[in-house]
Amino acid sequence: MSSLLIRGGHVIDPASNVDAVADVLLRDGRVAQVGGTIKAADVTIDAKGLVVAPGLIDLHVHLREPGQTHKETIATGAAAAAAGGFTSVCCMPNTNPINDLPALTRWMQAPERGAVVNVFPIAAATVGSAGERLTDYSALQRAGAVAVTDDGKPVLDQGVMDAALRAAKEAGIPVIQHAEDTKITASGTMNESATAFRLGLRGMKPEGETDIVTRDILLARDTGGHLHVAHLSTAGALDAVREGKRMGVRVTCEVTPHHLTLIEEDVGEYRTNFKMNPPLRTAADREALLAGCADGTIDAIATDHAPHALFEKRQEFDKAPFGVTGLETALALAITLLHIRGKLPLRRVIELLSTNPARIVKLEGRGTVAKGAVADVVLFDPKRRWKYDASQSRSKSHNSPFDGWPFTGKVVATIVGGKVVYRES
Amino acid sequence: MKATRSLLGIEPLDRESIVSLLKLAGRMNPRKPRKLLQGKHIVLLFYEASTRTRVSFELAANALGATTHLVHATASSIEKGETLIDTGLTLRQIGADLIVIRHPSSGAPHLLARHLDIPIVNAGDGMHEHPSQALLDAFSILQHKKTLKGIRVAVIGDIYHSRVARSDIHLLSKFGADITLCGPVDLVPDIATTLVPKLRLTRNLREAVTDRDVIMLLRVQKERLAGRAFSTDDYVAQFQVTPELLRLARRDALVMHPGPMIRGMELTDAVADGSRSLVLQQVANGVPVRMAILARALGAA
Repeated sequence: MSSLLIRGGHVIDPASNVDAVADVLLRDGRVAQVGGTIKAADVTIDAKGLVVAPGLIDLHVHLREPGQTHKETIATGAAAAAAGGFTSVCCMPNTNPINDLPALTRWMQAPERGAVVNVFPIAAATVGSAGERLTDYSALQRAGAVAVTDDGKPVLDQGVMDAALRAAKEAGIPVIQHAEDTKITASGTMNESATAFRLGLRGMKPEGETDIVTRDILLARDTGGHLHVAHLSTAGALDAVREGKRMGVRVTCEVTPHHLTLIEEDVGEYRTNFKMNPPLRTAADREALLAGCADGTIDAIATDHAPHALFEKRQEFDKAPFGVTGLETALALAITLLHIRGKLPLRRVIELLSTNPARIVKLEGRGTVAKGAVADVVLFDPKRRWKYDASQSRSKSHNSPFDGWPFTGKVVATIVGGKVVYRES
Repeated sequence: MKATRSLLGIEPLDRESIVSLLKLAGRMNPRKPRKLLQGKHIVLLFYEASTRTRVSFELAANALGATTHLVHATASSIEKGETLIDTGLTLRQIGADLIVIRHPSSGAPHLLARHLDIPIVNAGDGMHEHPSQALLDAFSILQHKKTLKGIRVAVIGDIYHSRVARSDIHLLSKFGADITLCGPVDLVPDIATTLVPKLRLTRNLREAVTDRDVIMLLRVQKERLAGRAFSTDDYVAQFQVTPELLRLARRDALVMHPGPMIRGMELTDAVADGSRSLVLQQVANGVPVRMAILARALGAA
């Protein structure tokens, strides 16, 4: 079997508490050695000046296959992930058909799909994501599902959510909630605000998120189930999570790069690449999310990568679908925003993008480069300046709000199971 | 030949261009046709029903010598699923020199303007703006008042859903009018006061009307109140403008309404048809104001 030596890089692995210059040897798909003297390997990568970290793990992507392959396929989404430094992606079940069966969960992971990174499906929490009858969590878990969710919409009914948390606890997986009270946000297209009023757009009240998160935390407390809040976007919901954690409830949450970066005014003159659900919120919400990344309330950054074809986004604002792409810009954004501007250590950035996501969905042997771990590694230059060009994206879709943005921090190589799947050209 | 330009809303316009449009409108006479737009093709692209706006744009275009073509959403390829941009590009290729668009989606004219190289005139987009209505409203007020500066205006009714209200408020505010909004919370949310600086809000109709120079009423659709705690009867009881209430306003106060009026709802017959009502004058002014808008948009005046 082959071996790969990553020489002279700055290894940052929060899980094993390493933050030092060291050589890393990968052999037979595993991390064979970190530090010490390594004589030779089949292939050597010079990583001087680069950070060597556990491969990034995205808890929230939409790969659109099966059913909407004009937007993305598992192969193209995985290629975009690799270019963004992700070695594992968790794909949402709102495909067509909805992923609510073990057979489909297995199909998504089959080698024939052509993914260059690990694909971990998240299965539907209810049959057809209709919010009524639970799917078979244990069977789905055995088929490879790492969590359940009805993402795209919430599990709205309290009784169903209670049952979901109990069943998920049995199966040993989290319930991921798209926290939106659709009874009060229906027909909204952006955050309810002065901007929405001025543009004549119907608003989505922040309470729509806060109320569901608050309710679900109480359900998680009562059931002992693990609640993971998807794409948290409001200061109110963040406070609820903070309080829940203080009470010892099993609650974790993720935030998207775009909610950390953009605010509702960025919608500008009806720009549909700034339309997503949850919507961009206020400057105060954004400040709260940045503080949540610093103080540890926020566990993970997840992209909610939601590709849409040009013709779908080039529509009237209220007709255009929600969602933006994000796999290729997440790490650069986190470095630029949290590390350089926000003065957080790179270690924290790695925790948010790899260590913690691995723990949340229990990816054994991933999210770390400790000896014996799966050889999923990212190499990036934390000081390199570059500009994102969405038209060059490896994703099938180019609906990024960050097109043309300057960033600091660039992925140089992505290694999955000891194999280089992306190398900066 | 001056540069062509779109009219997407009042908000982005400066005072000079508004004054200039109103002056131009003053020189336009629908009964004395001019050939400023001879040979021009104007397409009226209407995704929503409309009577006065459509007809007055048509008459305005014809009075300037342009030909008009009405494209209606229910009788075209739009119904077959063509995108707005493709429809616009098609009309452009066929020979449209300008498109007047009415659309239920806020921002639809902006989308068209971004992708087409001909001027786009917004004839009402969703809940956003209705700039030609605001211009003709200002034109109508100025036939009775010397200036917009300092005039006391009450805007009453369904402001949340109203593109007319947004455009009127932007325009009047730019010229220093003193504006008070009035209506129930469902139709006039508190956030409405953030639209421009110094907007006031009252839920009390008497307070709103007292000492006003201009009373602007908006249509209140019954279906907007459906299913709410606030009923049609409540609306009539609390917000309908009657002759008695009108006595609280300035003696020479003007009553305005963009139409269509719902008599017996936001106002009584006596107010709609009373001596202070400017409603029919507003409609009449729609033609010269739209003549000015079209001539300016095509760079002909």
